[in-house]
Amino acid sequence: MPESLSFGIEPITAHAWNKDRTKLAISPNSPEVHIYHFQRGEWKLEEILKEHDLKVTGIDWAPNTNRIVTCSADRNAYVWTQSEEKKWRPTLVLLRINRAATCVRWSPLENKFAVGSGARLISVCYFEKENDWWVSKHIKKPIRSTVTCLDWHPNDVLLVAGSTDFKVRVFSAYIKEIEERPSSTPWGSKMPLGLMMAEFSNSINGAGGWVHSVNFSSTGDRVAWVGHDSSISVADASKGMSVTVIRTDFLPFLSCLWVSENRLIAAGHGCCPMLFEVEETGQVQFAGKLDASLKKETSGVSAMKKFQSLDRQARETNDTSLGTLHQNAITSVCLHTGTKAGATKFSTSGVDGLLAIWDFNNLESAMRGLKFN
Amino acid sequence: MSKNTSSSAFRKIDVDQYNEDNYKEDECGESQSPPVGPDEKEIINFLNQYPFIKNSIEALKTVLRNAPISSRNQMVKDAALNIVMQVLLSVKSAQIEEAVNALDRDQLDILMKYIYRGFETPSEGSSGQLLAWHEKVHAVAGVGCIVRVLTDKKRV
Repeated sequence: MPESLSFGIEPITAHAWNKDRTKLAISPNSPEVHIYHFQRGEWKLEEILKEHDLKVTGIDWAPNTNRIVTCSADRNAYVWTQSEEKKWRPTLVLLRINRAATCVRWSPLENKFAVGSGARLISVCYFEKENDWWVSKHIKKPIRSTVTCLDWHPNDVLLVAGSTDFKVRVFSAYIKEIEERPSSTPWGSKMPLGLMMAEFSNSINGAGGWVHSVNFSSTGDRVAWVGHDSSISVADASKGMSVTVIRTDFLPFLSCLWVSENRLIAAGHGCCPMLFEVEETGQVQFAGKLDASLKKETSGVSAMKKFQSLDRQARETNDTSLGTLHQNAITSVCLHTGTKAGATKFSTSGVDGLLAIWDFNNLESAMRGLKFN
Repeated sequence: MSKNTSSSAFRKIDVDQYNEDNYKEDECGESQSPPVGPDEKEIINFLNQYPFIKNSIEALKTVLRNAPISSRNQMVKDAALNIVMQVLLSVKSAQIEEAVNALDRDQLDILMKYIYRGFETPSEGSSGQLLAWHEKVHAVAGVGCIVRVLTDKKRV
């Protein structure tokens, strides 16, 4: 059984962990960000961050510098730092966008972050010491619709973005003012800011869907994404940008995460996290559902059962709960323990206001015959 | 700053219409699938040959392979729909499962699109038959197949 925490009936739009996983930031589908602290065996609400005017759409917690960045539909982003009295203080970041911000991610070195938005651009933000404020630079071309998701390459320079124009693009987010010249990667060798290193379409012959989530693997050579056509795709830069797609039988996935160099987790409208494997040949395979269901799924409604219960109890039994832990769509998946090269725990949160922590060690025994890592 | 109101009229305002580099959906063009659609005579030939089931499967594969998905001509699409309907309705209920099992995933996705399109224009007894097809395709390709009918920009 995975560990689960319920935060009421409101959806959780985003969640993020601090470095040692004793603190948790969530947004309960409102302009607020709630910070929870794990004390004496329970999660306690520690502080409420109120600065945004509209719904918070993204949260990310930089583990080493202990800073939180939030972005919102009010077109602003704030970087939160802790003062000596342990209070969180916001610093406004001017994103210079005219539509809602949709997602935000710290870079691996935590010296900059990227914000995707409905303004069809990505703001790459870094701190300018001379002026003592956050500056943003835009990556515009050739994004043609809302940026829905982002992820950083481990080299701190490349950035992958998924968009509602059915495309996944890898950009350089190299800021020459604050960084050394990056060394060459399989994605390319020259990396001026805003240069598109690769572009993949989540659409073959018009059949496709927009991109909900993108994720770089631990080496950064592979990038995985999930689309609204229930597909999972993996592109490999070390194999000549080859792309493999699997169109699954399930409801669309909203989030994906690599848990080792060859395995990834995807979760979404199906309310159940699922494991996928990338084989030697590059083929993506469904490896199993990670939610060892709490109750057996009944196949449809049996007429006999219905009348039997009407006869015996003079009423119908209405069991509308799903056979999964999450009772509604899972909207985000975060790494909890370990790294992308070998994760042992990950967390999911969703529209049902539930946050679950899944431990691979427990899952291994629950799913006999399946070995992790 | 905007406030939440009960009015939703503002959602219908197209704020992007004056934007010069506005996103347009049609760039994919008529690249891969043939714009003319399947050949009716060939299919009818298939259907009239003995043994029926084998040829029905062949006919089904042929129409799905030649589905004019990328065509912008509604007449071509309607003609293709008619042929697919003929094939689907000619297969006996007991043989639907065998036919569905003979198709690959991409063909099933296209077949599901035709099943939904067929529901739009019912004829005598067609909906019952299509529901039988729907059940069998869903059993093999799952809900993902239905999701793709809803998400795909290119319609059959």
